[in-house]
Amino acid sequence: MKIHQLSLFLENRPGQLVAPCRALAKAGIDIVTSSLADTAQFGIFRLVVKDWQKAKQVLEAAGSVVNVTEVLAIEVPDRPGGLAGVLEAFDRAALGIEYMYAFTSGQRGARAICIFRFEDPDKAVAALRGSPEVRVVESEEILGK
Amino acid sequence: MSTSASTQRRIRDAAELLPRQELRALQGQRLREVVARVAHVPFYREAFARSGVKPDAVRGLDDLRRLPFTTKKDLRDGYPLQFLAVPRAEVARIHGSSGTTGKPTFMAYTRRDLELWSDLCARFLVAGGMEPHHLVHVAFGYGLFTGGFGLHYGIEKVGAAVVPAAGGNTPRQLMLLRDLAADVLVCTPSYALHIAEVGRAEGIDLRELPLAFGHFGGEPWTEEMRAAIEDQLGIQAFNNYGLSEVIGPGVSGECPARRGMHIQEDHFLVECLDPETLEPVPEGKAGELVFTALTKEAMPLVRYRTRDLASLDSTPCPCGRTTIRMSRVIGRSDDMLIIRGVNVFPSQVEEALLRVEGTAPHYLIEVDRPGTLDNVVVKVEVRPQDFSDAMREMVGLRDRIDREIHAVTGIRMAVELVAPGTLQRSEGKAKRVLDHRKEKA
Repeated sequence: MKIHQLSLFLENRPGQLVAPCRALAKAGIDIVTSSLADTAQFGIFRLVVKDWQKAKQVLEAAGSVVNVTEVLAIEVPDRPGGLAGVLEAFDRAALGIEYMYAFTSGQRGARAICIFRFEDPDKAVAALRGSPEVRVVESEEILGK
Repeated sequence: MSTSASTQRRIRDAAELLPRQELRALQGQRLREVVARVAHVPFYREAFARSGVKPDAVRGLDDLRRLPFTTKKDLRDGYPLQFLAVPRAEVARIHGSSGTTGKPTFMAYTRRDLELWSDLCARFLVAGGMEPHHLVHVAFGYGLFTGGFGLHYGIEKVGAAVVPAAGGNTPRQLMLLRDLAADVLVCTPSYALHIAEVGRAEGIDLRELPLAFGHFGGEPWTEEMRAAIEDQLGIQAFNNYGLSEVIGPGVSGECPARRGMHIQEDHFLVECLDPETLEPVPEGKAGELVFTALTKEAMPLVRYRTRDLASLDSTPCPCGRTTIRMSRVIGRSDDMLIIRGVNVFPSQVEEALLRVEGTAPHYLIEVDRPGTLDNVVVKVEVRPQDFSDAMREMVGLRDRIDREIHAVTGIRMAVELVAPGTLQRSEGKAKRVLDHRKEKA
C-alpha cells in the first residue's frame, strides 16, 4: 500500500532542479509525479519514480542527498467535495498530514490521485482500512508491474 | 622521585611541586640569564635596541612585558640558523617545522637541550601512568618533525621500551600493535581514530588488544574526539602540547586529573595575551599563548607568539603539581575573526554544530561588510542523516543551528543549508573562513 517517495535537498539557485532530472533521464527512470517545496534559501524536491532503489543510487552517485519516505496515494473522487470528504475521513481517524500534492493518472488523466505524507504512515494505513469512502491506490496501479 | 606518595601521584620531578613563590623566583632568575644568552643574536640585539631594552638591566619577571616579541615571520627571516645562540659546533641536532610557505623553520638543540627535552617528555608520560615495564608504540613521523624523536627519547628516559613504528602504512601499524602487544600508543589523535577505523575494516578490534592508554598531541583536538578514541580503542587518552619553536612536545601535558595541561613552568614562561591588543587576558579567558624558553641553549626564543589560542588555569590541581594549566588549543589566532567588535573563532561555530548534530558537518564561514556593518553567513552542508523530507524539520534544523551559534559566540550569523560537496576542500585541511572584507581593504 505504501509508496516509496524520494526527497532531494536543493539549493535555491539556477540549475539545481535540472541536474537530478537529467541524471534520472540518463538512467531511463520515469518520474511518475513530483512536487517542490521551497523557501527563500533552499528547497525539497519530492519524487515518486518507477524504480526507487535504482533512482536513489543514480541520484546519490550524482551527488544528491536523498531521503526515502513512505507515502500513501489516495484516489480522490473528481467532483465537488471529493477532497473534503477524504480529509474529513482523516480527521475522524485523527491522522496528521505533513504535506500533500495531487496528480492525475490513468488514460488521459482519468483519475485524480493525491500523495499524502502522514506523520505516521503505518497508523494511517491501519486507520484508513476502516474508511470505505477513502480508496488507497496500490503502488502497482500507478508504478506498473 | 622515589617516595611511594609521589609514585602514586605520578610525579617524576620535584620541580613540578615547587611552591609558587619559589617557582616565580626561579623563573625570574632564568629570564635574566636567557636574555643575557640571546643578547648577541642579531635579531635580539636589534629588537632589544628598538624596544630600549638593556639586557643587563633585565632583573626579573617584572621586566618581561618590556621585552620584544618573536614571531614565525621573524624566524623565517632568520633562515636558516640566524637565531643560533651558541657556536655551530655545539649543535647536536636540528629539527624543523614545515611552513605553509615551503621552507621549514629550523630549530637547533645542544646536547643539554636534548637531555632537557627528553626529561620534559618523560614528565608528562609518567603523569599519564607510564612505567619502565611498558612497551610503547610510537606512530609519529620520525624526521625534522619533533613528534617522533621527542617522544622516543622521552619514553627511553622513563625506561620503557619503544616500538618506533613511525607514521604511515596503517595495516602494518595494526599488525605491530597486535603482535607485539604494546601497552601505550603515541601519535596524533586523528591518526589514532584512523588506526581504529582501518582496524574495523580488517577485523581487528583495538579494544581487544592490551593497549591501556595513549598520549596524543601534535594537532588541536576536542573532548568529543577524546571520547571517540577512548571508546574505539578501549584506552585512556591523554593530551599533550608542544611546538618545535619552543622545544617540541613536552611544553605541557595532562596529569591524571585531566583538567588541562600542566605547563612545565620551570623551563617555559607562559603569557596569555589578546592577539589584537597584546594585553594579558583575564585568567580563564582564551588568548594567544606566548612562551619564553628559559633554559634552552642552542636557540632559545623570547616571547614567542605561538598563534595558539587557549586559556590558563592556576587553581590548585588535585595531582599536587603547582604549575599553571592550559586548556586544549581552541584555535589559531590567525583564524580569529573580529565581527562587529567581538572576537569569534571558527572552532566556536564548530562547537555549536556539534551541539546540534552530534558530529560537525562541513561548514564555511563567510564574512562581508556590504555597508558599514559586518555580515556573517555560515554555510552548512546537509548530510543524509540530517536531511528530512519535511520542510518543518529542515527549517527547524536551521533555526537550532542559528540559536546555538548565537549562544556560543554571542553573535547572530545567517545560517544557510547547502548541498553536500559544494563547499570547497583543499588537501587535508578544510577551509573554514572566507573573509571578503580583506579583499576590499
